[in-house]
Amino acid sequence: MANNFARILSGKRNVGIMSLVGAGSLTAAFLLNREHVTAGAQVRRVYPASADYPDLRKHNNCMASHLTPAIYAKLVDKATPNGYTLDQAIQTGVDNPGHPFIKTVGMVAGDEESYEVFADLLDPVIKERHNGYDPQTMTHPTDLDSNKLKSGKFDERYVLSSRVRTGRSIRGLSLPPACTRAERREVEKVVVDALAGLKGDLAGTYYSLTHMTDQEQQQLIDDHFLFDKPVSPLLTCSGMARDWPDARGIWHNNTKTFLIWINEEDHTRVISMEKGGNMKRVFDRFCTGLKEVERLIQEKGWEFMWNERLGYILTCPSNLGTGLRAGVHVNLPKLSKDPRFTKILDNLRLQKRGTGGVDTAAVGSTFDISNLDRLGQSEVQLVQTVVDGVNYLIECEKKLEKGQDIKIPPPVRK
Amino acid sequence: MPFGNTHNNFKLNFKVEEEYPDLAKHNNHMAKVLTKDMYAKLRDKQTPSGFTLDDVIQTGVDNPGHPFIMTVGCVAGDEESYEVFKDLLDPIISDRHSGYKPTDKHKTDLNFENLKGGDDLDPNYVLSSRVRTGRSIKGYTLPPHNSRGERRAVERLSVEALDTLDGEFKGKYYPLNKMTDAEQEQLIADHFLFDKPVSPLLLGAGMARDWPDARGIWHNDAKSFLVWVNEEDHLRVISMEKGGNMKEVFRRFCVGLKRIEETFKKHNHGFMWNEHLGYVLTCPSNLGTGLRGGVHVKLPKLSTHAKFEEILGRLRLQKRGTGGVDTASVGGVFDISNADRLGSSEVDQVQMVVDGVKLMVEMEKKLEKGEAIDGMIPAQK
Repeated sequence: MANNFARILSGKRNVGIMSLVGAGSLTAAFLLNREHVTAGAQVRRVYPASADYPDLRKHNNCMASHLTPAIYAKLVDKATPNGYTLDQAIQTGVDNPGHPFIKTVGMVAGDEESYEVFADLLDPVIKERHNGYDPQTMTHPTDLDSNKLKSGKFDERYVLSSRVRTGRSIRGLSLPPACTRAERREVEKVVVDALAGLKGDLAGTYYSLTHMTDQEQQQLIDDHFLFDKPVSPLLTCSGMARDWPDARGIWHNNTKTFLIWINEEDHTRVISMEKGGNMKRVFDRFCTGLKEVERLIQEKGWEFMWNERLGYILTCPSNLGTGLRAGVHVNLPKLSKDPRFTKILDNLRLQKRGTGGVDTAAVGSTFDISNLDRLGQSEVQLVQTVVDGVNYLIECEKKLEKGQDIKIPPPVRK
Repeated sequence: MPFGNTHNNFKLNFKVEEEYPDLAKHNNHMAKVLTKDMYAKLRDKQTPSGFTLDDVIQTGVDNPGHPFIMTVGCVAGDEESYEVFKDLLDPIISDRHSGYKPTDKHKTDLNFENLKGGDDLDPNYVLSSRVRTGRSIKGYTLPPHNSRGERRAVERLSVEALDTLDGEFKGKYYPLNKMTDAEQEQLIADHFLFDKPVSPLLLGAGMARDWPDARGIWHNDAKSFLVWVNEEDHLRVISMEKGGNMKEVFRRFCVGLKRIEETFKKHNHGFMWNEHLGYVLTCPSNLGTGLRGGVHVKLPKLSTHAKFEEILGRLRLQKRGTGGVDTASVGGVFDISNADRLGSSEVDQVQMVVDGVKLMVEMEKKLEKGEAIDGMIPAQK
């Protein structure tokens, strides 16, 4: 049984062992590694669980809703094979009580095994966050066949830009909250090596945050590509910004339509985007690019973290499944002032954000509209939801322009 | 753990070159001292409570520092950190504390009667006087490392000790998470309330975890003696009052500290102290006395004099703005305090403040009259 130690030292990945097994065997793997865990990992417990149980009375996040003293007591002595503990996983939720109106997740995973070892807490959190998706009984569909997308070209008098993003994690390496500097550098190396193999309209260049020239930096800012050290306490409290900017960087293709962030909130964030309303082309490139990157890392013996219970494994439980956010910047001056706007979005399973991204306000009447869901539906299904939904919103806007009335659509299938 | 650093033994699977931090653009004490060889030597060590080298240095890795201001770049997680990571911390201590050697002994002197003068600083210039220090409770890990259970135990023990104080020290504890709005406003108006740290130097070390759990403020009824619980250290003890009577401020400081210490000792939890490092605190910059004795003093003319910095240096004093560390002065009023912490006693350091401020006020008065002060510039202390 390949334990983590051997896999890392050998360099060549043991493809297949992890991908062939489901949740049960990951737990078995953990138990087989128990010796490695208890010999190395010291979960230092000086106090009983009750003395360390956090004060969550003023908290409003998914972790706080589900972390009972009993679950805390059960899990607090456990560590993943890499030594990641419950206290580490929940720290961000303890430090950030949340907002009465916005319910954040309140916890992160430090590695793939976190989702197994801390399942007693993560499963109910996932269920709440993902509308009742039960990781214990359900399976998640993955579908990156963009040919299945119907229509997908928006009216460009309204839609200014189209974008699809997701994340991917490299199996065998810890996630940003927990990774060591060596692991983070390994992620960078694996991904950059793979990206160097992309050809045609996907061919591109990597810009490391540490070695970027001032000129490169300015260009990346002008292109709206540059990401900066996280300032949100939701992220910094989980340790994701440690050692910044070591092993962080941005890769993009020469045509600036396919972009990858390395070691920001996840191992990788993959973004396909362009001006205008051709979501079909954006999604085509997204799927082609992702599959190509996966092929290239597999050539070297690596693979993405994925299982059929949770889909693609990412740092934040909110990004499980597809990890996909497909969206547009769309001008809706009349509709956005209509009191039914929020309800229409809800029923279409869409969410609005400002044009600066999450937690920003809209500028003028241009909104970022994207899918709400991540887990339980495939990539094709979710992008279709956005396509259908945005088309509906544009129809509403046109109707209002002509002085006609609009209808709240029935809720689309969840 | 502060947070996020996966277990140390797992890291040892990787080579030193792969784990060694990139300190090429860094300017802090830790970065100056931590060579790859030193990293290799210390990386497999831990204190008995599990604090590791990476835990010690994380704040310094995350905060490269400033070309002009040399930060320390590391913290202790417990008393033993200063032993286990001696090879790293001794040179940092030496650099930060004017050449203090690993074999040097530190003198503790909390006999306020040994202070000469200090009761005659001109209140037209000296607006307020203050002495603060920190104390760590033996047997508990420090703010970068402690669990919620430990932090709460520190709070319990501290409040118990403080509740025994009487006479001029009789007072009350206000826990941050149970404060009423009215209490909060009063504490802000009194300039007593401390808030969740925002400095990345502190956040990077994990000191703000679980805020505001087990944090609080205690002060006496007269509002002249104040204790912060579980901020950057287990305890920060502050004696202060308006005006220039540093002598009285220091007396109250020494007496209050001794009373608190007695109570802790009764519970077999004295303060962390040893004869080499004096009082042991979270930041290596606060070792020794951990004492900052200072005044808010009006020096509009002197502060714009070309030799102001030099005078401060020779008097072994430092200036800060009236908002505390890393703030700017407002209206020519400066916070002037001792620069030293380790290698001289409490009495020595407060004496330097008293003597130095007295001299600077006289210089200010001379400058007001249009007279030169060149003859008054002191020798290096």
